[in-house]
Amino acid sequence: MAEEIARAAPASALSFLSKMLAIAEMEVRKLRHDPTELVSRAVQPALWLLIFGQVMSHARAIDTGGLPYLDYLVPGILGQSVLFIAIFNGISVIWERDLGIVHKFLVSPAPRSALVLGKALGGGARALVQAVVVIVLGVLLGVHLRLAPAALAGVVVFIVLGAAVFSSFSLFIACIVKTRERFMGVGQVLTMPLFFASNAIYPTSLMPRWLQAIAHGNPLTYQIDALRVLLLRGDGGLPQLGLGLDFAVLALALAVMVAAAARIYPNIAR
Amino acid sequence: MTPAAAPAIEAQELTRRFGSLVAVDHASFRVEGGEVFALLGRNGAGKTTMIKMLTTLIPPTAGGARVGGFDIEREAARVRRIIGYVPQAVSADGELTGYENLKVFARLHDIPRAEARRRIHEALEFMELLPFADKLVKTYSGGMIRRLEIAQSTMHDLRVLFLDEPTIGLDPVARVAVWELLERMQARSRCAILLTTHYLEEAERLCGRVAIMNQGRITALGTPRELTAGLGPGATFEEVFERYTAAGGESLAAYLDTSRARASAERHG
Repeated sequence: MAEEIARAAPASALSFLSKMLAIAEMEVRKLRHDPTELVSRAVQPALWLLIFGQVMSHARAIDTGGLPYLDYLVPGILGQSVLFIAIFNGISVIWERDLGIVHKFLVSPAPRSALVLGKALGGGARALVQAVVVIVLGVLLGVHLRLAPAALAGVVVFIVLGAAVFSSFSLFIACIVKTRERFMGVGQVLTMPLFFASNAIYPTSLMPRWLQAIAHGNPLTYQIDALRVLLLRGDGGLPQLGLGLDFAVLALALAVMVAAAARIYPNIAR
Repeated sequence: MTPAAAPAIEAQELTRRFGSLVAVDHASFRVEGGEVFALLGRNGAGKTTMIKMLTTLIPPTAGGARVGGFDIEREAARVRRIIGYVPQAVSADGELTGYENLKVFARLHDIPRAEARRRIHEALEFMELLPFADKLVKTYSGGMIRRLEIAQSTMHDLRVLFLDEPTIGLDPVARVAVWELLERMQARSRCAILLTTHYLEEAERLCGRVAIMNQGRITALGTPRELTAGLGPGATFEEVFERYTAAGGESLAAYLDTSRARASAERHG
């Protein structure tokens, strides 16, 4: 990818963006034509908030400082639902491979990195719809969220960024395993560790040291940290990583994932 | 030689191995600008692998080729700008409308917005798909999908169009319709066409010259008339085909080829 970008003149930076957006727009249009998937995907976060969240709130089993547990949980479930939707995004590439769609994209003049980034942004758009569902649920459950325009704009940025990281990771896996059965298997294996080794449902300070170390290498932790900073009114005395670090880690993770996926993407046509 | 004057395709000893299988075996041939050329052979003869190399999808194991004067390995990005490709399996997205399918490719080829709108309209009209422009492609018939795919791959200023089994799985009426549109499209754009087929009728009707492939090798090359004349007076094109593909059998690659084509046909109902 670096090579492709370096060779590109400033004028073709625009062309790169236009191609990337063309792919992203295509994903959004597909979603508009058939939004049923989004409805069924909203069930899981709803269960986490309504059942897990309510029970844990009453049990007071998890120390979240001065924050009510449900307040703490909403950004966590928001991050979780983004992860769950993005990590299976790569399956579309396998479907496109079984037909001839991916072959035609690879024969077009679009740089591989533009194709991958476009897909990743498409995953981001998908995740945004989920985010609306989770936030509305949170408000209905009486969680005090900051819904100022600036906070919400920040939420949009971090949702799209986080989803793009996991979407391109998913695409990378799809290009390696190449069949839908194996992909679903690997996806299932990955989601739970990513979820539990993060700050989604408990603060990392409650974890044993080794798990804490893993959690701090997990991009999901940074995404959820940012969502807490943006959405909650106060930190309840819990340590936060800060928006600057969150953004830097996620942007770096995205660059690495897109570069890796773009490199391996042509293999899928073989 | 300037690229503009270069032949459409120039392959030299082009070879591709998959493990111990030699899918394409030292193939050399040349296709001139504006020529319509067929690779004819049974399933598993190496036709699809040949197309995948020429369209930069897979690198050759040995030998090389130039498309429009550009090297398929070292100048792959340039090759992609001047070719169009219609794969054997369905390659239009069923979840999008016909118009959207075309729009994506216009943008991937850097066609400016206003110009793209004009070309999409023109392509839809030409392919007789205008009334279905805003319908999802999964509601299209096989022949309509093929026409849309050809439109997707020919909206830019291309020099070579690659078609892999362009009428496989189509009924006779739809097949003739695709042939007629291809002929009219080619007469207008003057691009060279390389198509693979195992329908003799298709090669005879559309193509000037034909290369017959068997087990990865080009076993015969010439116009259908030259090839039949070479076999003696009164020979038919069927006999030519039998003769030059005689040693062939159905290989594992052939089985995989057809099972994949079937799978995709089922998926699109």
